[in-house]
Amino acid sequence: MLVLSVTAGIFLVVGGLLLYVVIRYRHRAGDANAHQEPPQIYGSTQIELSWTVIPILIVVMLFLATTRVILSTQNAPKPADSLDVTVIGHQFWWEYRYPKLGIVAANELHIPVSDPKHPTPTYLSMSSADTDHSFWIPRLAGKTDLIPNRVNTMWIDPQAPGLYLGQCAQYCGTQHAKMLLRVYADTPEQFAAWVAHQQQPAVEDPSASKGRDVFQHNACISCHTVAGTVATGRFGPDLTHLASRDTIASGAVPNSAANVRAFVDNPANFKPGALMPAMHLSQKDLDAVTAYLMTLK
Amino acid sequence: MSEAAIIPQNPDTAWVLPSRGIVGMVCLIVAESAIFIIFIVAYLYYLGKSLTGPTPHDVLELPIFISICLLSSSATVHIAVSALHRGNRTATSLWLAATVLLGSIFLAGTAREWYHLITVDHLTLQTNLFGTTFYSLVGLHATHVIVGLTMLSLALVFSLTGSLTSKDTGRMEVLSLYWHFVDAVWIVVFTVVYVLGR
Amino acid sequence: MATQAPATASLPETAPRRLVLEVLHDWVTTVDHKKIGLMYIGYALIFLVVGGFEALLIRVQLAVPNNHFVSPQVFNQLFTMHGTTMVFFVGMPILFGFGNYLIPLMIGARDMAFPRLNAFSFWISAFGGLLLYFSYLGASGLYGAGGAPDVGWWAYAPLTMRAFSHGHSTDYWTLAILLSGIGTIGTSANIVATVISMRCPGMKLSRMPLLAWIYLVMSGLVFVTISPLTAAQIMLMLDRYVGSHFFDTQAGGSAVLWMHFFWIFGHPEVYVLVLPAFAFANEIIPVFSRKAVFGYPAMVAASVGIGFISLSVWAHHMFTIGMTAGGNTFFVLSTMTISVPTGIKIFNWLATLWGGKIHFTSSMMFAIAFLFQFLIAGLTGIMLAVAPFDWQLSGSYFIVAHFHYVLVGAIIFMIFSAFYYWFPKMSGRMLSEKLGKWHFWLFLIGFHLTFDFMHIPGILGMPRRIYTYEADRGWMLLNMIVSSGAIFQAVATLLFVYNMVWSYFKGPIAGPDPWDAWTLEWSTTSPPPDYNFAVIPTVESRRPLWDIKHPDDPDSLYDE
Repeated sequence: MLVLSVTAGIFLVVGGLLLYVVIRYRHRAGDANAHQEPPQIYGSTQIELSWTVIPILIVVMLFLATTRVILSTQNAPKPADSLDVTVIGHQFWWEYRYPKLGIVAANELHIPVSDPKHPTPTYLSMSSADTDHSFWIPRLAGKTDLIPNRVNTMWIDPQAPGLYLGQCAQYCGTQHAKMLLRVYADTPEQFAAWVAHQQQPAVEDPSASKGRDVFQHNACISCHTVAGTVATGRFGPDLTHLASRDTIASGAVPNSAANVRAFVDNPANFKPGALMPAMHLSQKDLDAVTAYLMTLK
Repeated sequence: MSEAAIIPQNPDTAWVLPSRGIVGMVCLIVAESAIFIIFIVAYLYYLGKSLTGPTPHDVLELPIFISICLLSSSATVHIAVSALHRGNRTATSLWLAATVLLGSIFLAGTAREWYHLITVDHLTLQTNLFGTTFYSLVGLHATHVIVGLTMLSLALVFSLTGSLTSKDTGRMEVLSLYWHFVDAVWIVVFTVVYVLGR
Repeated sequence: MATQAPATASLPETAPRRLVLEVLHDWVTTVDHKKIGLMYIGYALIFLVVGGFEALLIRVQLAVPNNHFVSPQVFNQLFTMHGTTMVFFVGMPILFGFGNYLIPLMIGARDMAFPRLNAFSFWISAFGGLLLYFSYLGASGLYGAGGAPDVGWWAYAPLTMRAFSHGHSTDYWTLAILLSGIGTIGTSANIVATVISMRCPGMKLSRMPLLAWIYLVMSGLVFVTISPLTAAQIMLMLDRYVGSHFFDTQAGGSAVLWMHFFWIFGHPEVYVLVLPAFAFANEIIPVFSRKAVFGYPAMVAASVGIGFISLSVWAHHMFTIGMTAGGNTFFVLSTMTISVPTGIKIFNWLATLWGGKIHFTSSMMFAIAFLFQFLIAGLTGIMLAVAPFDWQLSGSYFIVAHFHYVLVGAIIFMIFSAFYYWFPKMSGRMLSEKLGKWHFWLFLIGFHLTFDFMHIPGILGMPRRIYTYEADRGWMLLNMIVSSGAIFQAVATLLFVYNMVWSYFKGPIAGPDPWDAWTLEWSTTSPPPDYNFAVIPTVESRRPLWDIKHPDDPDSLYDE
């Protein structure tokens, strides 16, 4: 607010003067002295000094105000009840690990809502597995970059439950535009339920055994993890609870059997340039594996 | 042309401005210094950060002899330019030759050092961060030495064939300025790489 | 104002018509600063149209959400090429072109200090531009996408590493800019040597036109600006081809180091681009206000100050990478500090206008728009200097709007102003004022439609460099308005090109001094002869022609 009012003030004053000058001092051919040159004023040390000193004072004021905000944000003391989440950026999806809760998730971040009287912010510890990314949810906080070989930290402190949208804010390659962010600020009950669910290993639905076989005998397991099975790949998102998410492909499309099938068939259907190759499965295998994936709630 | 306004002519005190050649060379030196500074910053930043491989302490030895040669060549080129100014062709050629010789010894010494580093210590550009930053920084300097030596050799040839006369003193001063710069850079590189970094 | 010759008169035919091949040979082998300057300008204008076309394609793709006008790969190439082209192959050449043409004339010299270096610098820069565009034919980009570079014009590591950028598209980017950087350093050395060593008798540094001062500062800045980029690009090439580890995070290298090196170049670079715009303003605004510039010494000091301070602000492009609070705070302070000398310049221009008799020629209208727009751009800059504000808006369309406000609203507007002002000197004919007014108003409307509204999607959360956006974020209407402005700007630019071509052949004859101005370039013919001045002038004040026109009240009385 301060910044806006200062800059708006400067704009009105200087812009206003400019407007005035341009109108008042225009050359009018009908004027008596239209052919004479106006008085040549070469300068004035006093005036120069005044419009040097005043801006310096404004700068000092803005600087002090800014420093206060920087310090209070970056050096904010960490409450004991905060939640720790490790965020790892990938081309073109988000990996979330909750070290103290034993949870690994992808693309949709669930965090508890924070009560101002008893804050439970979420501390994000962030890095990248490949190129630079940036975590930006405008309604929650400013952005912080995810840089390989470097750990950055930031905190978010949502006080109203709901879904907060954002997306990767540092160009990271072909599908940078579709590396979307979905942060669910859950009420304490919702969050507890979510955690408990995520801590379970993958659902073993006997009706999906054919699809499970297709999944486990193809290259899927070398990139993806499904907890409690032989699939332990880390290159792609964790699929243990894939069917519990609202979207797939990092927010690119809603989660539905049709979309999952189309994506597995060829990710370029939604995200050309995504690093997952087209699996070239037969139609039967595709149906089976889709059915299997949809059981992974 | 009659439309052009006439500006008053007033031949009063002498109007002397700095030599273009020297100004141009100073500009080049400023730009090249900036490039070197970036490579030096990279070197300092990555000191101690190599994950594997030889460290400066393991493999580097102070190159005293070749450094003395290089720095002396600044003196010899200065003498050569003075000789040229006096019109003494023989002295000019002699001192230019000395400069080229000293510079070549420096290069040969560097080559020998690198040969040892590569074949015995197994340190290359690809080995680790130290290898990357060491070879690029010292190599950048050596490249500048080569360019300087080429120009000095040309000057030597011109001096020997009698084409270089005292009229060309200004141009030789510009070249010697470049050579002084190359030597000054070596002082910094030497200090950073062989003294501070080890 | 000086009267002009009737439009039916033609330039005197003094030489026989020459063969096309002779003319071509003359231009290709010339070392004359005027011809080289014109080649720089012509070259830049071609790339302006190309880069503008790339922008149009970008805006068509972004006009509606989930558009399929171009593929993601092509879009990523478009914004990379648009940025790279506009900065290196439009901005730099056009400003060096004007500098090349004007500086010897304004300081009373016959040519630049190193004419052959001048030609070499032009041709190597030109080659760089062609090399960049050859990539469309030659290379293979991210994921084998084929063609031009697509890593963004800052080419952040490790996206540019071999692992993430297959093929040669990144190499085209690196080499093209490396070559043009050599040309830039060469021309800057030429400008410094010319300004210092080739001024005519009596022209002490304190009597030089402000344009010469500012180009001196800008060239000095180039030496410490372009060189870090050259160094970083050498490191990038070594990483990509020789297996070194400068930016190889797998081997312990640092992605942040590239950022530092790039922005140590990148921020002063924008001052390299904007300082010449200030230089033009310093010459044009006084003439059309009919007053000497207010506060010449302060303008010199402010320009030098801007040059120095600009070297200390670079990491305000890196507020989001996780620097310490101390680091962030330092760069907040340095960035805010630069607003002081910049503000001084705006106030001095205001004071120059104050009490004057303002003539609203096309040139002056562009200059006045420059003043308003540069003010706004500076103010959004101050907002962004507040790091927490930048944490929200960095990497968003607010930033894109801010820097286009400077690049287009300030720099391009002043370049247009400079064209209308000096085209008569360069060609001997006046540009059409009627077409000029159309050009101005159309471009003004387009500029504001696009770049005023562009701030808002940024505030609403739209990041930059995205080939499309979701329909549910509420950005569509704004993007559509932004895109519509582009069309106005395109039409206006084409009008401008037409104006130049038509006026070159049919415009009214200009004479040596159509604007009744005061610096030395107006004392010789339009266009000047090869040798510039029959006799090298001697000057006694900052405005030698004012002294001649006003012998009762010459500037030399007030000269210190």
